[in-house]
Amino acid sequence: MPLKVGDKREQVVIENMTRTHIVKYAGASGDFNPIHHDEVFAKQAGYPSVFAHGMFTMGLTARMLTDWLGPLALKSYGVRFTRQVWPGDTLTAKAEVVEVKDGIATIRVWTENQNGEVVVEGQATAVAD
Amino acid sequence: MADSYQFPVDRTQVMLFARALLDIRPEYWDPDDPATKAIGGIVTPPTFVISSAHWDPDYPLDLTRPRKEPRQPRQEGEGRGGNVARILHAEQHFEYHHPIRVGDVLTVTSRPGKTWEKQGRRGGRLLFTETITEFRNQDGVLCVTARSVGVQTEKAVEQS
Repeated sequence: MPLKVGDKREQVVIENMTRTHIVKYAGASGDFNPIHHDEVFAKQAGYPSVFAHGMFTMGLTARMLTDWLGPLALKSYGVRFTRQVWPGDTLTAKAEVVEVKDGIATIRVWTENQNGEVVVEGQATAVAD
Repeated sequence: MADSYQFPVDRTQVMLFARALLDIRPEYWDPDDPATKAIGGIVTPPTFVISSAHWDPDYPLDLTRPRKEPRQPRQEGEGRGGNVARILHAEQHFEYHHPIRVGDVLTVTSRPGKTWEKQGRRGGRLLFTETITEFRNQDGVLCVTARSVGVQTEKAVEQS
């Protein structure tokens, strides 16, 4: 897809995340850290409830990119996990092309919860044409 | 972590992983769809290699996995690097060099990266550790390089 600086994309990637969504991701990914599915364990550790794997949010955010650019366009994709994602959260993934050089687009990527707080932020590069 | 292990890329695992990410695009599960045929067969979502955890013999976050050799006794929640309730994922980066296909057998090789320390605003003293993991297919072609940064916190990260 031809990309140019300033191109933007925004997509709701999950609405009202449930514990079942998180458990399903645990099973698929193999990450069975009880902090993500065992409410008793999570509370004993000092958290108000279980919370989503960072990689779940990163994967949901990637869906916005592949829905936009296709499954083979990405050259790189990286994020920092800035805030936890909790059951009940609705996430909107956002992207903006910040540079196009030598046929490669650099895309700023971030995802916000329903309060507009950033939960992951990072960058992707993709084939620009 | 094991220095190296094999990760066979199975169609069912790709389908389950895509479903968990609420992704219904046919290129992740339907070999007969025209979109899949157009790209030469099923491919994998950008974060799929993380599910190599299922094949990592020393993966620390699967405490109930049945094992031939009993693990060293440790408390519930104690993982490879300490208490799993105090280790959070800080960053994850992927570089994509070559597509991964169903039927590939990937060799997964990990090495430690940098470590550093920082005073955290929300979780006390923070210890960061980096791991670099390479995924090569059966032809020796490097498909994905992953860089993971974990952070060990002194206490639960305060909610704000």
